[in-house]
Amino acid sequence: MTAAFRDFCSFLHANSGLVIDGEKKYLVESKMRPILSEYKLADLNALVAELKRGTNTKLIDAVVQTMTINETFFFRDRQPFDKFKDVIVPDLVKKRTPGKTLRIWSAACSSGQEPYSLLILLDQMRSLLGTRKFEIVATDLSNSVLDKAKEGKYSQFEVQRGLSTPLLLKYFQQIGDRWQVKAEYRSQINFKQFNLLNPLMGMGRFDIVFCRNVLIYFDAKTKGEILRKIRSVMADDGYLLLGASETVVGISSDFLPDGDHKLLLRCQGQAGTRERATESPALGRSSVVDNMVKHLREPRPGAPAARPLASAKRPLQPSASALAAARLK
Amino acid sequence: MALALVVDDSRVVRKFSRRIVEGFGFKVEEAENGEQALEKCRDQMPDVILLDWNMPIMDGISFLKKVRKEPDGAHPRIVFCTTENTFDAIGAAINAGADEYIMKPFDETILKGKLEDVGVLDLPVGA
Repeated sequence: MTAAFRDFCSFLHANSGLVIDGEKKYLVESKMRPILSEYKLADLNALVAELKRGTNTKLIDAVVQTMTINETFFFRDRQPFDKFKDVIVPDLVKKRTPGKTLRIWSAACSSGQEPYSLLILLDQMRSLLGTRKFEIVATDLSNSVLDKAKEGKYSQFEVQRGLSTPLLLKYFQQIGDRWQVKAEYRSQINFKQFNLLNPLMGMGRFDIVFCRNVLIYFDAKTKGEILRKIRSVMADDGYLLLGASETVVGISSDFLPDGDHKLLLRCQGQAGTRERATESPALGRSSVVDNMVKHLREPRPGAPAARPLASAKRPLQPSASALAAARLK
Repeated sequence: MALALVVDDSRVVRKFSRRIVEGFGFKVEEAENGEQALEKCRDQMPDVILLDWNMPIMDGISFLKKVRKEPDGAHPRIVFCTTENTFDAIGAAINAGADEYIMKPFDETILKGKLEDVGVLDLPVGA
């Protein structure tokens, strides 16, 4: 790793919380190329020198935004979808009586590949679900990506990333050189504009939440607040999935990694009890239940204190532009 | 070492595909049409075949049907890599015994994903 690349990674981490893998130097170089030419900088060394001066906020914003725009494809990272199919849905089917509805929230759906991937898996599991229904709510901050998600139309290149050919033939129709999710499947997803920083109202209660590669854009405190809000709209036996580089450790006691499947986060405590405990701390002080609740809410004595992931000199305010950059998957 | 056969009448495409699959750790053989490919298969059946559709002498779909009838012809995972990109062509190829289908142009990520899908590359580990 060169010094310039290492400095670039530390800069980005401090300014956005984003962690760049040491092997992704080529990605950084290709993403920074347009910025280098726009700002007439010779190379990564020159860019890092300019960033270190810290005076060019426009450049800083451009770099952070460019680096936080994620690629997106169907069944991205595979493993969360394998766990969804092999662990989560079978477990919840056992716990939900026939006729009940499994509710799933794709909390940063971007151009739709994540909710459509989940829909395809659920459609393939109809015999396991029996008479249980499912509902997928897909939200994103950006109306423009939501429009693309609702349309469900993808390039040949996009449908070949992650999607197997039998699934392509079953769930898509070809329109010119584009492939569109068939209308009967598109209509099964409820797309809505939503900002995770806003209050959660009228969302109902979810059994499964996918909130991947979103928290990386926020500082530790905001991460904790968002996780608490998500917990408040989840069933007590629900599952949360975050992005591969994201963790709840040191940020939230609302979720704990599942012992057998590290990727999966299980809700902690009971939403109702927890609220009461917060509202009236004087009540039931001696009660075992409240002590347990308290224990779950607060870091255990001796547990490492929350380590701010984005200890920014210039804390990342979730400005509209930064959030727009958070194109999430 | 697993063996891959790249079948394409374009030398440029064969070279492009060869470099990618060699990077995945395969030993690579090449053929420039279906007939040549069939000979190579009779000599040594590969583990995976990347197959173009439109080629002189014997095209990809004819080769596919023939090779599946060979002894051990069920063994190779066969992945079309072609500019034929219509819904009907893709369906016909899968029905004729192709395991996967890649529409050109493709890149390393797409090829890797498809080879993982057909089970000839180890799935990424982690988490």
